[in-house]
Amino acid sequence: MSLVVASGEVLSHKKYGEHYHSLTIVTPEIGKIAQPGQFVSIRCGADRGNILRRPFSIYRVHKRGGWGSTIEIVFDIRGAGTTYLSQLRTHAVVDLIGPAGRGFLLPKQRAHCLLVGGGIGAAPLFFLADELRNEGHRVDVILGARRSGLLLGAIDARRFASVCRTTTEDGSMGDTGRVTDVLVETMQRCETDIVYSCGPHPMLAAVSKICIEQRVPIQVAVEELMACGYGVCMTCVMPLRRSVRADQPLEQGPVYARSCTEGPVFNGAQVVWNGEADLVAEDQAELSPAGVATRHGAIEQPPYEHAPPGN
Amino acid sequence: MTQIPAKLGTLELRNPVLVASGTFGAGREGSTFLDLAEMGGIIVKSMTITPWIGKPTPRMCETPSGMLNAIGIQNKGVDHFITEDLPWLVKQKATVFASIAGNTVEEFVRVADKLRTARGIAAVEINISCPNLEDRNNMFSHSKTSTAAVVGQVKAALRRVPVFPKLSPNVTSLAEIADAALGAGADGLSLINTVFGMSIDVERRRPKLAGVVGGLSGPAIHPIAVRAVHDIHRHFPHVPIIGQGGVASASDALQLILAGASAVAVGTMNFVNPRASIEVTEGIADYMQRHKVTEVGDLVGAVKVEG
Repeated sequence: MSLVVASGEVLSHKKYGEHYHSLTIVTPEIGKIAQPGQFVSIRCGADRGNILRRPFSIYRVHKRGGWGSTIEIVFDIRGAGTTYLSQLRTHAVVDLIGPAGRGFLLPKQRAHCLLVGGGIGAAPLFFLADELRNEGHRVDVILGARRSGLLLGAIDARRFASVCRTTTEDGSMGDTGRVTDVLVETMQRCETDIVYSCGPHPMLAAVSKICIEQRVPIQVAVEELMACGYGVCMTCVMPLRRSVRADQPLEQGPVYARSCTEGPVFNGAQVVWNGEADLVAEDQAELSPAGVATRHGAIEQPPYEHAPPGN
Repeated sequence: MTQIPAKLGTLELRNPVLVASGTFGAGREGSTFLDLAEMGGIIVKSMTITPWIGKPTPRMCETPSGMLNAIGIQNKGVDHFITEDLPWLVKQKATVFASIAGNTVEEFVRVADKLRTARGIAAVEINISCPNLEDRNNMFSHSKTSTAAVVGQVKAALRRVPVFPKLSPNVTSLAEIADAALGAGADGLSLINTVFGMSIDVERRRPKLAGVVGGLSGPAIHPIAVRAVHDIHRHFPHVPIIGQGGVASASDALQLILAGASAVAVGTMNFVNPRASIEVTEGIADYMQRHKVTEVGDLVGAVKVEG
């Protein structure tokens, strides 16, 4: 494992849109070896009130530069830890562990890659897009959010993506609706070979379901609550099918894989999206309508801080 | 390497600082950050007779100065430990405390039987106080008779290995449970396991844990641990105690030692700082130098209580 505990220096603190903060951190030990989809766990203040590190997926990496390698993370304020980070200024020192987890697998042959991001969950897809383009792959993008102010990197994506679609639930930017409303159409138009997705759990479930139906490989980076971020606490587990085939019955029940170590990138077709409930119902019933009935119900991700990749 | 040898009953440890069960796996992940041979010992994640898949998620939430967890002892079973983890730990020169768990007395005994012939186990911790199992009313450590049953039968299976039942603080009289455990043959005691707790997401009006209730750990429970160790050490001054619960610094560890613990274990803070156990050891060595103490044993139970 190449995980390290490192201290990093804040190079800049920016704000994106209404809500999102960005920290660029000089951390050569992590920056040089980071892969898209991996994350860092940051200690948010040394006081004992909020002891746990917060995991953040890596939004961008600059491996070489005048400052040495830097990583950039984006976050919105969800609690005490992110409030602390939002107050950091240039030259502040942060304590990081990373690069953690298994990142996205890149195609071996030239491929049409569709990146589907929800809100701030889109963060790791920008690092991924850079790597895919460096390797000569075509990159298309769908970004969705509740409203335009919550879209991350829409202008950026327009610049580099061959096709870029945006969806907002209130229609304030792009198509009105959710990413899944334009997913099939975009996949057909772009002749997509593989889909990469990151965002809230219900969105990933819905995107995975469509990709399975369309017989297109789907890799998802999940946001799960984690305490340690390096494989020992067993809190961030995802239920996976023992077989990678989504049409296999779940007779034996799932295995629980650690999102911080075996993930956070998983094969979307292998994840048991509805958790325990699926084990009873899935073989008998059709999956519920896209983005509605999932493990967290119709509610968006709970506003906890301990889940990467969005944060 | 910090040399502060410590005695825990008949065991000679490199130093008095262990890592607590369930907070360091079987050492592989943590070995990226430290040398296991530098640690006083590792209490591995509890093992059961068959693999357990654990509870659904969410399994944890952060709470003031701590966290709640309901993992359900997800583990690959005792056979996996013996064939995969233990030989590796021995190669790392780690001092290994095997933690065993089960749903019935018989399950505990079957795990103990498998460990009897395994090479490289310094001691066994008996996890009779994990509050996460389905049958909460029958938690072994909440009853004198079931505590005695488990400890007695495990000890019968493991005559040559010291056994340390890990007691729950969620009882009216810890001394009575400790007495039952010692009467059944426990060589020492681990104090304390997590404290029962619950947290609710008010927006969704649901428990934050899928398991509804969980075990509270972290600095929040440190004073509870200090008090428990002090209480039991007063009742049973010659019994070796592994003090654990919220240790985040050398000072926290020293409080447990002064209260009566012969060794301590760092738990939740391993999640935050994988090198916490090493840093605590260095801090204890520094304290001993400042206070001109040569043996850790001289500090055990050395708190001065008037009257």
